[in-house]
Amino acid sequence: MNLHAVKAIYRFEMARTRRTLMQSIVSPVISTSLYFVVFGAAIGSRIQHVEGVAYGAFIVPGLIMLSLLTQSISNASFGIYFPRFVGTIYELLSAPVSYFEIVLAYVGAAATKSIVLGLIILATAALFVPLSIEHPAWMVLFLVLTSVTFSLLGFVIGIWADGFEKLQLVPLLIVTPLTFLGGSFYSIAMLPPVWQTLSLFNPVVYLVSGFRWSFYGLADVSVGVSLGMTLVFMAFFIAIVAWIFRTGYRLKT
Amino acid sequence: MHPVITVAKLCKTYTSGFRALKDVDLEIRRGEIFALLGPNGAGKTTLISIVCGIVNRTSGTVLVDGHDIVADYRLTRAMIGLVPQELTTDAFESVWNTVSFSRGLFGKPPDPTHIESVLKSLSLWERRDSKVMTLSGGMKRRLLIAKALSHEPSILFLDEPTAGVDVELRREMWALVRSLKGRGVTIILTTHYIDEAEEMADRVGVINRGEIILVEDKAELMRKLGRKQLTLELRQPLERVPDDLAGYGLELSSDRRELVYTYEVRGGDTGIRALLDALAAADIGFRDLRTTESSLEEIFVSLVSRSVSSDDKGASEIGGQARRGAATVERPTARPSNKA
Repeated sequence: MNLHAVKAIYRFEMARTRRTLMQSIVSPVISTSLYFVVFGAAIGSRIQHVEGVAYGAFIVPGLIMLSLLTQSISNASFGIYFPRFVGTIYELLSAPVSYFEIVLAYVGAAATKSIVLGLIILATAALFVPLSIEHPAWMVLFLVLTSVTFSLLGFVIGIWADGFEKLQLVPLLIVTPLTFLGGSFYSIAMLPPVWQTLSLFNPVVYLVSGFRWSFYGLADVSVGVSLGMTLVFMAFFIAIVAWIFRTGYRLKT
Repeated sequence: MHPVITVAKLCKTYTSGFRALKDVDLEIRRGEIFALLGPNGAGKTTLISIVCGIVNRTSGTVLVDGHDIVADYRLTRAMIGLVPQELTTDAFESVWNTVSFSRGLFGKPPDPTHIESVLKSLSLWERRDSKVMTLSGGMKRRLLIAKALSHEPSILFLDEPTAGVDVELRREMWALVRSLKGRGVTIILTTHYIDEAEEMADRVGVINRGEIILVEDKAELMRKLGRKQLTLELRQPLERVPDDLAGYGLELSSDRRELVYTYEVRGGDTGIRALLDALAAADIGFRDLRTTESSLEEIFVSLVSRSVSSDDKGASEIGGQARRGAATVERPTARPSNKA
């Protein structure tokens, strides 16, 4: 295994985060704080508790998940798209690195950034609402699995995109709406039965539910199903990445 | 000694149907400077890109130091450094970081001493902490070379390395390339500047329309295909070339004061002695004489033109059904004033 290459790519990607600290870390933290103000203070004053948890605290896992999904996709897609855009991808393609090593480095860096961001948002949330984490190991597991899974999706988008607009297309038009409709700010048990059933087709429901369970022991679906679905998504995106490298899609002619 | 790169029956057809390479056979000798010449779209960059792993081959084999470029890609790619044609760099990184990144990417542990040496040899040491975006075009070109040399390759591909660089820098690059050759690095150079190939190459390959037209030692090529001209400065202007001298194909200059005799370099008898005797017999005296020989550029243009016309002839003989349009032979850029 070319560990030097994995390290080089990983460090290179992490260095970009340091160069763009405002965009990478500060901006999502401010956005999340605004969510707390709007949802936690304004709406929370009308919805006191959800299943025994203060509304402000109830939305914390959903908010972290929202940032985790969008930032994982954004970090990974930009990381691989930018070399394609400026042409430096030639160096990656001509280097003695395997596809696995390339994915490990890019997805690893993107997931690391998302996890750090998630932890920062968690710390920020603790300033606004009282937090408890009943199952910290599961919380970390969901944090890591979700970051890696959606960084894989971001990697796929970064390969697929042929313009900056397409980089934003999936996060803005698909992932964000699904996250808002996936129980980030409410329990799907609060919905009418038909909508509850429809919500089960939303993959984000399983991610938010599992993550919230790790905090408060509350879940819309069982934690085993949440974990299983997360692994299914991960396997699905790994399969797409493998296909991309096998065929050279958008990388090699 | 087996060749360091062996290309056999290499074909590349893009999804658009364009055949960029057609059964290319080529061997690169260890430690040589090989210049690959050809007009735009001839297939030079496609050939390099396949050897380096950037483009997939359609068929054929490429061996680097005896190893297949696909089956043993780690081995082969680690041996190769590539300087691309385009100035593609990471704008926001520092010079030091981007060169160090390249070394790591090619599987080498950090070695600040080597990076320092490479940057110094390319006059980039003073700018090591500068962001790449602040460098001039010439410096970016040198940076690409530094990145390619960062992992100490034994084979270096230079795709149009001196495009857009000034005379001084160009000479520095030539000196660098020679010093690399001195250290045993095999260098494959594509260039539009024929004088560059003439100055540097040990062997020359000419590619046109995806086919290798010729591979030859540079000196041998110029000996075989080069023509010489003998110019005689006459004592008295001539009205016209006398009929007795018609068999020599002499040309009279516009001021009628010079006679130009063109002869082939190869072969024993150049015909000069007979010409001089004939001139004496015709009582034509001359004050001075000089010889000039054709440049690699002239040979290149002649070869490519010949290849185009024979292709067109072949297509015509087939029946003209798939006759290609008349190809434009792009004359390579000559820079006589820059010649070292």
